[in-house]
Amino acid sequence: MSLGVRMEGLKKVYTSAPPGAIPRGAGYGLGRGPRRRKKQAIRVVALDGISLEVRAGEIFGLLGPNGAGKTTTVGVLTTRIRPTAGDAWIGKHNVWQERVPVKRLIGVVPQRPNLDFSLTAREVLTFHGAYFQVPPAERARRAAELLERFKLIDRADELLLGFSGGMLQRLSIARAMMHDPEVLFLDEPSAGLDPQTRLLLWDMIREYNARGKTILLTTHNMEEADALCHRLAIVDHGKIIALGAPQELKHSIPGGFLIRVQLDGTTPEFLQGLERLEGVTEVRSGTDGTVYVYAGRGGSLMLEVVNFAAQSRVGIRDVHISEPSLENLFLHHTGRSLRE
Amino acid sequence: MNLKTFLAMLRRDAHVARRNFVTLLVQTLLQPMFFVFIFGRVMTASGLMSMQYKMLLLPGIIALSMLMSGIMAVAMPLVAEFQFSREIEDRLLAPMEIEWLAVEKVVAGMIQALAAGLVVLPTAWLVMGRVSLSTDHLALFVALAMLVSCLTAAMGLTLGCSVGQTQIGLMFSLVLAPMIFFGCTYYPWKTLDAFPWLQRAVLVNPVVYASEGLRGAFVPQYPHLSVYVVMSALVLFNGAFLSFGMRQFRRKAIG
Repeated sequence: MSLGVRMEGLKKVYTSAPPGAIPRGAGYGLGRGPRRRKKQAIRVVALDGISLEVRAGEIFGLLGPNGAGKTTTVGVLTTRIRPTAGDAWIGKHNVWQERVPVKRLIGVVPQRPNLDFSLTAREVLTFHGAYFQVPPAERARRAAELLERFKLIDRADELLLGFSGGMLQRLSIARAMMHDPEVLFLDEPSAGLDPQTRLLLWDMIREYNARGKTILLTTHNMEEADALCHRLAIVDHGKIIALGAPQELKHSIPGGFLIRVQLDGTTPEFLQGLERLEGVTEVRSGTDGTVYVYAGRGGSLMLEVVNFAAQSRVGIRDVHISEPSLENLFLHHTGRSLRE
Repeated sequence: MNLKTFLAMLRRDAHVARRNFVTLLVQTLLQPMFFVFIFGRVMTASGLMSMQYKMLLLPGIIALSMLMSGIMAVAMPLVAEFQFSREIEDRLLAPMEIEWLAVEKVVAGMIQALAAGLVVLPTAWLVMGRVSLSTDHLALFVALAMLVSCLTAAMGLTLGCSVGQTQIGLMFSLVLAPMIFFGCTYYPWKTLDAFPWLQRAVLVNPVVYASEGLRGAFVPQYPHLSVYVVMSALVLFNGAFLSFGMRQFRRKAIG
């Protein structure tokens, strides 16, 4: 039985510091700092009306830059953050109104490992199993199996203090799988992992998905979104700006190829001239003399652009070409790079 | 309520406490023992303090040990887990209403406070030597022990969910130290007769009722606050700290 995830008009406005921000009392002193004297009205719109349906049994990705609202979305879907407005469902359970049954169905891998440092790796798994009422023999078996699969068996009975970041991340994922949840949430699962571990992680996610489980992951890594996800939503400033399969999305931008030219100065005539070049579908001029040329072909067009600039006596400082990618898509929709 | 999940969490706390058994024991026992030895033994034997001070001191020291254990057992892990390690999230995601996790923390703190009282009582009695304690009020002692341990754990919940990581030092000097020194732990409430305003003011301090109550149970021959006053104050403070602590917990737990 695979379960889907549905969101309708999810909104979250923080009126105090959002989670992940520097916690209260992080500064020294009694809290009479200059900024505390008057209670400042904080208003951060993290989610601005997100409606979305993740189908049962798919790997769905939320792609966006830092601060786009990805972690807040996961927080709301996993009962940890109360939405300001809107509703969400895991299967047929309303997330906020039926938190306990929802928590039974989901597994969560947080952005930053939040493992229990007073326990050994094996105990982290067995106690997690116990919280979810997995019978004792079964939880010992599952823990051993997961430790083996995630290559943690050698250090299974050590406290977590000496574990590397990659090991902690693997253990976080193993823990989330311990109670065999129907829907697995992974918040930036491969952040800070070396390429080898990342591949291992992708295999694990695909394997889990192959058992009919629904997976929702967030990432700001386009490569990961492209390689792993069946469908994607690109989010920015708490809104969905594009939705679809990675291939579909990549081909949804005019042309697909993008030539970025930095010029000393440009004229409307020059821009119109660029548009007339063969294969060019759209020309946009950005800030500080950057011109974006979207086109259906790459290589040879770059030369023509350079020649045309020389003819028009426009100085070129830099030329860059990229193939159809999610990065280009993001840039197309927001005018900003994902990495910014 | 999900009893199996609740018990699993309690088992986890017991497991961690067992692992840190020696540290916990030293933390609980050492300081009160120094105090008991110097004030209960050295000062009385040298004649600087009268022999009866021993008897007045012992119940206060038990209250103090329970207070410190209960608060530390609940507050310190909560401060760290909510802010630094965030390791409480795993338990917040367990299939149980999150309020029960706060209750579990209080129960675990209660058990530690009771254990601290039970360890300190015979040790202090031995270190001081020859203190005759009344055993006529065992039922009262049991009731008091339950109320006091619950109170300390509830105070730990409130502090743990209200204090920031870098304010822990301040918590000791601004909250715990005054509560201990104005909590009638080292002297009976009656001795404040000479300072009537102070005698009234300390009544807002819940620790007063813990020390005075235990004094009433162990050395009823000396003046102490009435049992009825003590009991009703403890019940009231328990209610207040539990509900306020729960509110703070909810605010911390849900974004």
